[in-house]
Amino acid sequence: MTSSMTSSGRESNTDTSLFDRRPLSFDPKLKRNRLNGLFTLISGLFATLAVLPLVLVLVYVLVQGGRLLSLRLFTELPPAPGLEGGGIGNAMLGTVLVTLIAALIAIPVGVAGGVYLSEYAGKSWFGQVVSFSNDVLAGVPSIISGVFVYGLIVATRVFFGQSYSAMAGGIALSVLMLPTVIKTTNEGLKLVPNELRLGAYGVGASRYVTITQIVIPAALTPISTGVVLAIARAAGETAPLIFTALFSAFWPEGIFNPIATMSVLIFNFAIMPYPAQNELAWAASFVLVMMILAANLLARWLSRLSKT
Amino acid sequence: MTSDLGLSVDAQFTLRRRPNSEKFLDLGFRQLTLALASLVAIVLLAILVTVFQGSREAMASFGLRFIVTSAWDPVNEQYGAFVAIYGTLVTSILSLAIAVPLGVGTAIFITEDLIPARLRELIGLMVELLAAIPSVVLGLWAIFVMEPAIRPALELLHHLLGWTPFFATTPQGPGMAPAILILVVMVLPIITAIARDALNQVPIELRQGAYGVGTTRWGAIFAVILPAAISSIIGGVMLALGRAMGETMAVTMIIGNSLNFDLSLLAPGNTIASMLANQFGEADGIQVSALMYAALILMLLTFSVNVLAQWVVRRLSLKY
Repeated sequence: MTSSMTSSGRESNTDTSLFDRRPLSFDPKLKRNRLNGLFTLISGLFATLAVLPLVLVLVYVLVQGGRLLSLRLFTELPPAPGLEGGGIGNAMLGTVLVTLIAALIAIPVGVAGGVYLSEYAGKSWFGQVVSFSNDVLAGVPSIISGVFVYGLIVATRVFFGQSYSAMAGGIALSVLMLPTVIKTTNEGLKLVPNELRLGAYGVGASRYVTITQIVIPAALTPISTGVVLAIARAAGETAPLIFTALFSAFWPEGIFNPIATMSVLIFNFAIMPYPAQNELAWAASFVLVMMILAANLLARWLSRLSKT
Repeated sequence: MTSDLGLSVDAQFTLRRRPNSEKFLDLGFRQLTLALASLVAIVLLAILVTVFQGSREAMASFGLRFIVTSAWDPVNEQYGAFVAIYGTLVTSILSLAIAVPLGVGTAIFITEDLIPARLRELIGLMVELLAAIPSVVLGLWAIFVMEPAIRPALELLHHLLGWTPFFATTPQGPGMAPAILILVVMVLPIITAIARDALNQVPIELRQGAYGVGTTRWGAIFAVILPAAISSIIGGVMLALGRAMGETMAVTMIIGNSLNFDLSLLAPGNTIASMLANQFGEADGIQVSALMYAALILMLLTFSVNVLAQWVVRRLSLKY
C-alpha cells in the first residue's frame, strides 16, 4: 500500500528528472546518427571498391580476349616472334594434360588422406602430425613447390634422363592440390552422421565396406566440390610450372618432354614486346578464366545440391 | 531376456566368424590410407630437405650476411638477398594495410542488413570469384590496364610527396606501388571471406544486448561485434600476409625486378618469389644455391606467419 503510494507519487513529480520522457523519435541530426550514416556510407564504398577489380578484370579479359576467339585459336601453334596470327592449341592441350597428371596424383592420395584423418586417425598423435603438415603445406608458396620439384626431379633427371617435363609440372601442381583435397574430404566425411556408420556395422558390414560403400558415397558432393575447386586452382597456377614444365612452341611430345601451358604462355607472352603475342596472352586469359569460372560455378552448384 | 523378446537365441542365430580375406582387406585398406596420408608429412619434409640441401653451399659462403647485403652479382658470384627480402616484407605489409580496412569493411557491409539479402549474396559471390582469377591473368591486367590507369595518380603522389624518400622517384611503369595494389586485389577475397565468417558467428544475443542498451548500429559494430570476432579476423589477416609474401606471378610481372635497393615505392623493386620466378630457370652453380637459400628464407617467413595465425586464433578467441 505504502509502496504503491510512493511510486505513484514519484511518477507524478519526477517526470523529467528520472526518466527522459521525450518522444521516442529518430533525430538524424544527432552526432551518433550522423556518424552511423557516415560509417554505413564508408562500408558501402569499400564493398564497391572490393567488387570493382573483378568487374574490370572480367570486362577486359572478355573484350580483349573474346575478340580473338576463333577456330584458329584452338588448332594452331603460337607464331614465331614478330609474326602475326597463330593460336594457342598446344598450350590448351598442355594445360589439360598437366592438370590431368596433377589430378590423377592428388585425388587418390588426397581422398585417402582425408579418409584416414576422418575415419581412422581420431585424436592420435600421427593424425595430428598429418593434420598439421597439411595446414603447413597449404600455406607453402606455390613457387616453392616449383623449386622443390626442380631440385627433386628436374635437376636430377630421374625420368629417363629428361629434365623439364610435363610430368614434373604435374607433380608440382599435385603438391599444391593435395592440401585442398585432403581438407575438403576430411570435412565432408565429418559431416556424415555417425548413425550411418553404426547402421552399417549393425548389419554386419566391415569397416572397409562401410567406408567405401556408405560413408564416401554420402559425402560425395562435398568431396567433389573440393576436387573441382582444387583442379580449377591448379589449372591457373603458373609459378610451379615455369621451371618444371617449362614451355614449348610445339605440340606436346609426350609427358616426359617440356610442354606449353596456358598460364606459362600468358606469362611469357605478356612481357614480350610483340602485339601478336600480347593478343594471344589475352586470348589465353579469356579461355583460362572461362574454364575456371565455369568450374567454380559448377562447384557452387554441387555444394547447393548437397544442402537440399 | 529370451522370454521377454519371445525369441530363443540359440535357435535363431549362428555367429559367423569373419573370413580372413575380409580382415585382410580391412587392414590393407587402413594401411593404404595411412600410407597415403603420411605422404603429406613426407612431402613437406622432402620440400624442407630439398630446399635446405640446395641452399647449403650458399649458406657456407655467405652465411647470415646474405640477409643484410644487397649485392646480387652473378659475374663475381656475390649474392645478398636484402633487396628481395625488403621488397617481400614491404609489398606484403603495405598491401595488407590497404586490404584490411577494405576487406573488413566489405565483410561488415555484407553481414549487416543494410541492403537486400540478394544483393549481399551477389557481392559475396563476386569477391569469392575474384579469388578464383589466376594470378597470371591479374598480372597481365596489371601490366596493360591497371598500371597505365594509375600512373597519373602515382605522378601526383610523386609531385606532392616527392620530398620524402618513399616517393622520390618518378613513376615509370613497373614498380613497387603497382605491385602493392595488385597484391591488395589478391588478398582482399581472403580477408573478406574470413572476416565475413567470423562476423556471422558472433552470437545474436551480443548484438541484441548492445541495441538493448541503446546504441546505434555502428556503435554495436565497433564496441561489441568487432571485438567479439577480432581473433578470427586477425588470424585471417595473418593467413593473408602469408599468401601475400608467397605470391609470385602478378607481382613478378609488375614489380620491375630490379636488383638495386631503392627506398622509393615508385621505383622498381623485387621480392623473393619474383626473383625465384625470374632467375631459377637460367641459373647455375652457386646462383642456384643462393636462390634456394632465398627460397628457404621465404618458407621460414610464411611458415612462422601461418603458425602465428593459428596460435592467434586459438589463444585470443573471446569466450562468450
